[in-house]
Amino acid sequence: MAAGPSDAAPQALRDLPPVPSTSRTGFAEFSVRERMREKLKAARAKAEITLLQEDRSPRPRRLKSIRERKTDFRLDKASDNDKFSEMQEDESHLPSKMKFRDSVKRHKQKSTFQNDFPSAEEAYNFFTFNFDSEPESIKAGARKRNELNEEEEAEEECVETHEDEQEEDETDEDARLVKDDDLFIIGQTAEDFLVMKPADCESYSEQLKKEKEFLFTPSMLAVPPSEKMPGNMQPRYLEDEGLYTGERPFVSQSNQNILENRILRQEQGKEWFGDDGKILALPNPIKQSSTRPPIFSLEEGIAPELETVYRKAIKMTAANQYLVGPGDFQGPFQLDIDISGLIFTHHPCFSREHVLAAKLAQLYDQYLARKQKNLTKLLTDKLHALRNAVECSIDGGDAGVPRPVAQQSIPEYKIEIRQTRRLRDAEQEKDRMLLKTIIKVWKQIKSLRDFQKFTNTPMKLYLRKEEVDQRLDEKAYEAEIQAEINELLEECMEEYEKKMKEYKTELQEWKSWKKTQKSKKKKKKKDIHEEEESVEDCDLGEERVKPIPPKMANSLEIEQQVREKADNCRRKPGEPALIPELVLSGSVTPTELCPRAEVLRREDVKKRSAFIKVLFNAKEVSRTVTRPISSDFRVHFGQIFNLQIFNWPESLKLQIYETMGMSSTTLLAEVFIPVPETTVLTGSAPMEEIEFSSNQRVMLDHEGVGSGVSFSFEADGSNKMTLMTSGKVSNSVSWAVGEKGIPLIPPVSQQNTGIPSALKNIDAIASIGTSGLTDMKKLAKWAVEAKLDPNDPNNAALMQLIMVATSGEARVPDFFRLEQLQQEFNFVSDEEFNRSKRFRLLQLRNGEVAEFRNYKQVPLHEREISEKIFEDYEKRLQERDVIDSKNYLDAHRAVVANYLQKVRESVINRFLIAKHNFLLSDLVNEEEIPSLGILGLSLFKLAEPKRPLKPRRKERKKVTAQNLSDGDIKLLVNIIRAYDIPVRKPVMSKLPQPSKSSRSFNDMFAASPSAQSPMDSPDWALNQVLVRPFVEVSFQRTVCRTTTAEGPNPNWNEELELPFRAPNGDYSTHSLQSVKDEVFINVFDEVLHDAVEDDPERGSGIRTRVERHWLGCVKIPFTTIYFQARVDGTFKVDVPPVLLGYSKEKNLGIERGYDSVQNLSEGSYITLFITIEPQLIPGESVREKMNEMLKKFDTQEEEKLLQAAAKYEAECTSKFPSRKCLTTVIDLNGKTVFITRYIKPLNPPQELLDAIPNSSQTAAELVARYVALIPFLPDSVSFAGICDLWSTSDQFLYLLAGDEEEHAVLLCNYFLGMGKKAWLIIGNAIPEGPTAYVLTLEQSQYVIWNPSTGCFYGQYDTFCPLQNVYCLIGCDNIWFNMQEYDSPIRINFDISKPKLWKSFFSRRLPYPGLRSIQPEELVYQHADKAAAVELQGRIEKILKEKIMEWRPRHLTRWNRYCTSTLRNFLPLLEQNQGKDIEDDHQAELQKQLGDYRVSGFPIHMPFSEVRPLIEAVHSMGVHTIDVSNVEFALAVYIHAYPQNVLSVWIYIASLVRNR
Amino acid sequence: MAAAGSPGVFLLAVNGQIESGQFPGFDDLYCKFCFVYGQDWVPTAGLEEGISQITSKSDVAPTTLVWNFPIDITFKSTNPSGWPQIVVSVYGPDFFGNDVVRGYGAVHVPFTPGRHTRTIAMFVPESTSRLQKFTSWFTGRRPEFTDPKVVAQGEGREVTRVRSQGFVTISFNVVTKDMKKLGYDVSPSDMQNPSLVPVTEGIHKY
Repeated sequence: MAAGPSDAAPQALRDLPPVPSTSRTGFAEFSVRERMREKLKAARAKAEITLLQEDRSPRPRRLKSIRERKTDFRLDKASDNDKFSEMQEDESHLPSKMKFRDSVKRHKQKSTFQNDFPSAEEAYNFFTFNFDSEPESIKAGARKRNELNEEEEAEEECVETHEDEQEEDETDEDARLVKDDDLFIIGQTAEDFLVMKPADCESYSEQLKKEKEFLFTPSMLAVPPSEKMPGNMQPRYLEDEGLYTGERPFVSQSNQNILENRILRQEQGKEWFGDDGKILALPNPIKQSSTRPPIFSLEEGIAPELETVYRKAIKMTAANQYLVGPGDFQGPFQLDIDISGLIFTHHPCFSREHVLAAKLAQLYDQYLARKQKNLTKLLTDKLHALRNAVECSIDGGDAGVPRPVAQQSIPEYKIEIRQTRRLRDAEQEKDRMLLKTIIKVWKQIKSLRDFQKFTNTPMKLYLRKEEVDQRLDEKAYEAEIQAEINELLEECMEEYEKKMKEYKTELQEWKSWKKTQKSKKKKKKKDIHEEEESVEDCDLGEERVKPIPPKMANSLEIEQQVREKADNCRRKPGEPALIPELVLSGSVTPTELCPRAEVLRREDVKKRSAFIKVLFNAKEVSRTVTRPISSDFRVHFGQIFNLQIFNWPESLKLQIYETMGMSSTTLLAEVFIPVPETTVLTGSAPMEEIEFSSNQRVMLDHEGVGSGVSFSFEADGSNKMTLMTSGKVSNSVSWAVGEKGIPLIPPVSQQNTGIPSALKNIDAIASIGTSGLTDMKKLAKWAVEAKLDPNDPNNAALMQLIMVATSGEARVPDFFRLEQLQQEFNFVSDEEFNRSKRFRLLQLRNGEVAEFRNYKQVPLHEREISEKIFEDYEKRLQERDVIDSKNYLDAHRAVVANYLQKVRESVINRFLIAKHNFLLSDLVNEEEIPSLGILGLSLFKLAEPKRPLKPRRKERKKVTAQNLSDGDIKLLVNIIRAYDIPVRKPVMSKLPQPSKSSRSFNDMFAASPSAQSPMDSPDWALNQVLVRPFVEVSFQRTVCRTTTAEGPNPNWNEELELPFRAPNGDYSTHSLQSVKDEVFINVFDEVLHDAVEDDPERGSGIRTRVERHWLGCVKIPFTTIYFQARVDGTFKVDVPPVLLGYSKEKNLGIERGYDSVQNLSEGSYITLFITIEPQLIPGESVREKMNEMLKKFDTQEEEKLLQAAAKYEAECTSKFPSRKCLTTVIDLNGKTVFITRYIKPLNPPQELLDAIPNSSQTAAELVARYVALIPFLPDSVSFAGICDLWSTSDQFLYLLAGDEEEHAVLLCNYFLGMGKKAWLIIGNAIPEGPTAYVLTLEQSQYVIWNPSTGCFYGQYDTFCPLQNVYCLIGCDNIWFNMQEYDSPIRINFDISKPKLWKSFFSRRLPYPGLRSIQPEELVYQHADKAAAVELQGRIEKILKEKIMEWRPRHLTRWNRYCTSTLRNFLPLLEQNQGKDIEDDHQAELQKQLGDYRVSGFPIHMPFSEVRPLIEAVHSMGVHTIDVSNVEFALAVYIHAYPQNVLSVWIYIASLVRNR
Repeated sequence: MAAAGSPGVFLLAVNGQIESGQFPGFDDLYCKFCFVYGQDWVPTAGLEEGISQITSKSDVAPTTLVWNFPIDITFKSTNPSGWPQIVVSVYGPDFFGNDVVRGYGAVHVPFTPGRHTRTIAMFVPESTSRLQKFTSWFTGRRPEFTDPKVVAQGEGREVTRVRSQGFVTISFNVVTKDMKKLGYDVSPSDMQNPSLVPVTEGIHKY
């Protein structure tokens, strides 16, 4: 339609005016210039078109005809004349066109730059053209006659106007002109609009004609290939060339043709065709088999294709490597097993004759087989040929074969000849022997038949004689012998030569040796010293024998040998050749003629029958019919079994059964049949005979010889033989062939079954058998032979496999790799991996190694990781086995620490595993099903008063420790009040020495004479306040203090807030549980001193110096707070035994009459409330889980006992859920142990008992103190709150570390050992939390002992830290507290009352007498005094260094005098256990340090490590004093108790010199 | 951040929005999101977690709840391991007006730069028993994960049973910096202008 624009343009020119006309209303919008330009554009377009028309002068006619379709059919009556005139008209217009061309030329010169624009204009025209067909038709109507010319005219008009325009100036004149144009058109249209015209109607033929112009109907005929192929090319078929071309998607041929025709119409249509002249197409993407499992609908009335089809059940037999799965089920596979019959070679019912006959038959078979092979003949021929060859090569050597080659081959030939001869001789001998045996057996049969007077077998042997020519035969025989002799002679000669050579060399050697021998002998005479050597030599020499020369072979001898041999194994010359022939033509004696025994035998045989079972994969699949055994012991079945199989056959077995009469069936033998190769198909399979034999022993009472029974053919019974039942099954096994000739063989893969014709090539299994699949070599070989198309994607996997296999000579590695792809995924080599610090860091972090567990942002580059990161870790690894005595000061303790560390690590490792096991409750928060009680309670709550008079603490929401960071957790310490704070001593100048008469009064602690000057004392006395205590809480080196209160019973009620930082910023439960930090609550006295006492200007201003004096402390481990969520109660303040300058106020107001033992524990108390904000959920679940896990470890307890324990626990906890019932615990080995096994009377150190022999009370105190001196190490710290491990007392004493349970157990055992009544209390105490105490019965009242402090309390002591009692444990029973209350004050400890105490062992379950796991007796090491002294010195040194370290800006002076004084005091303190000596001490001190103001105190601690000592000293804050002239004194005393239990005393004091 | 020119960290800037959710039968839902990332990742800018407005179903699209809740966060990291995941949990009132969880879901932030849309299938933990189910329905305290971040990890999930509950569509615009310099080439080789790749990833068929 290239003509489109050209004919549109003229019309457009006519239509052009409306554009300006529309714009005329908005005249101002268009500048004249613009409109002018438009006109110019139009004109130029027109000009171009005209030019185009003229250039292609032959075309206008055709163009016109196309263009004027409309007018054509409107003027269907228009004559040819019209057209003719039209042509003329065209010509007539030429001049004007020429003129226009000129103008265009001019115009173009003027405005060449506009060349690009007309397209827009054209487009405009083009689009408006269609809509403005009316004016055209109007015009057409107006000039009916020369309508054909109208356009030319219009053109002319336009041209004229354009010419005008160009001639005129491009000014306002133009506007007028346009107006004229418009007017002209309007004027014309005004009348033309009204012209009517008939409705358009096209004739059908016209329409067709028109459509033909438009439409193209592609032909359905095939396109000749020449059109599809470019030029002179031949179509090329890739498939024929062997390249893989996929299957093309199916398109019907007609459609394909249509498409081809259509494509060919296009330009470059040939690109769409491939080399083979077909349209290019990708392989068919549709899979032949559906990948989705079919959906079966059970509903009725569904589409038939969706209906369910009954299928036989497919057996799914698992555990088969070649299981043909139901997914790619190809149909049944079939094995045809043809069992034709059974022949017994021996049967119990064989008569003697049968035996012989069977033997004969066997021999005959053998003979036939040999004859068929005819080895003798073959070898003889070969021998002849070889001999000829040798002769030829010797004789005609120069003629044909080159000399050296022939020479070389002769010895080879000779060797060959020898071998062949030997073989032939052997074969000949065998032949001859066989023949002889056959004849012998036949003779036996004959004689037997004669003997027994009947025949049982139809066998007959004929010997056919073949006469030979005697002379020829003899000649050949002789020639043969001669040849053999010659050869042998030759052989012998060779051998002789060889031996001769050997002999010569040996002789040579012998001679030389002889010579040396002689010379040595000479030497020997000279030198006696070398005697030994030469003797040795002589010994050697004597062994040598002079070699014997070989013998020459004798030809006569050889000849004799050869002849002898020939006689033996060869037919004699002239003797006829014997050919045996076995026939079954003999007649069997009928039964009537036989003797009785034989009749019986025959009847027995008749009774017998046999059948065969077929077992496939060890399962019986079918069996033959039972057929009687015929008299010749053959059974014919002739049955074919078709086995449809689903599994790859593993074994195929036949079982041969014999039935006797009606009843008994015996299994004779089993025969395994090989599974046929896939090439063995039914029809082509040969019959095979498979031998079987049975070791059954059968003895018969008739003529039958039986099986496994020896019998003899000889009359005298000699030459016995024993035969077993044996026989042959003739059968054939093959793969069946299906209806379409498809073998029903399990395929190797789905794809390959479709092509049955090429099955052998494609199916690997079919051609090489299944075993070949695992043999890469075979597979590769097959692949090469099968010539697989390497381009076929179906074969891709196989090809790759084969390529791998063949590239390395099909070498199969002789190892098996489990993760064969691992190598590919290793992104760096192992060495590099190990070398890289980054990978190491990542690995360690992944392994949750403590140091790296929370390492953030492992640097990307190796260089950014400093070596230091690993230093700590490596150090730890190294130190694991190195005992570091520096840190622990004591070798034993270092060992213990090491041991504990190891136990800890192993437990932590277990824990880490447990941590990764989640319970549902760890992941999902699910509300408990509310019980009725809870519902009722919540209902009750509604009625609660809004502001109760006694408000209770509300449970706060717990926070899991997952999304916490530094600063999120705060420790809240609420200091409420304190009681009985020591008060300052009233300062008196002189006081009488206090008497020691009564210790129940505290006022005996009269102050020693004060060093203060008498001048000060009145002043001091006036201002005297008893004490101004304040509390300082220090935690993680953060210190917070309360305000100062006054008096010995101060009331602060202040809340202190301390931030908490978890170690390494790890806020996981596990980490929090292992925080070892303690909260120190120190009570101080604030003392104001006048700073300048001697200041002359005293009156004008007072400067006071604030001093603080430590009074006591309470330590609460963080873990306690963490586990209990809050610590609330009144605690005893740990006040040092000696507080210089302070005394306890006499508590006259408080009367505790019932408290007879209380006096010992009298002291200061402080009421505290400590909690963590926000409340953290302690990792109880993990702990419980770990316990559960540990319980799964082996136990030595009886199952019954454990069950009873579980039941007991469940019963108890169901009644009192808050009370913990303990029946079994875990020992250090992780085994579950029944708790009473820990309780057993044990002997305390004799030393302690000897100390105070008469007082059992003091002895008990001493023992308690000893136990308390064993360092305390909570399990929750060492084992990170994972589990509670109980060590036995000896373990405990060895480790010298343990928590409350161990202390309590030991103490309890000691008390029992001392003859007291003692029990273990499992309960809850503050601040420890769940703990174990010891209860003793002393003079009809119960005393509660705190094993970790050594303190004891009466049952009714209000300050007893034990708050709740859950259960009591004795050495033979457990009692659970069934009373309403569990506070020791409110309960009855009488365990004999079953209502109050539920016992574990009762009448129902008597105590089984569990053996204790404690040792019989504890053995104590004697106290090592020397070591203690050494340790003492070291600790003192360390502490002094530390104090100096803590005072970096001050000079720390040590007062040696004071130190030595203090050192003298400490043993005294130890002796008196810190009691009753204060007065002496004070006095002594004051006496010696008269002019110093001393403040200080001794600290007493059990010794475990140095760190806690340092911590304690630091928390006392003695070093904080910053008076310029302060001096310090520090003394350490260590008292060693048996078993290395060390009691450490640290006396630290600060001295300020008084002026 | 070595001077040598090879950087020590790479950056991942994610912005986008939690566009909409499809929770048939539920209405008036809001969602929370948070990011879960490995130890080597540090958010440098933007919000790690957020909570959206409550949105109601419209008559126009009665199955879609539109939040259009913006996400904007930048991470820096030294290790692609622990690549950030966004964890979305959707809550809304139940029959009694209790605020219950309507779904948890998580998806990794796409690692190829460009615009991505992900549709997350959401699920809720199931009650352990029928009675529990009833009581939890009645009391409005349905089982919830102790921490929504559980859904971003595999450990321990075997003890839970969940029910699927709807879908949330999130669009991400991912910008990475220095990934390629550090040897992590995540963009396909044939992709010249990643932003022009059609956004047809994620679970659209269900």
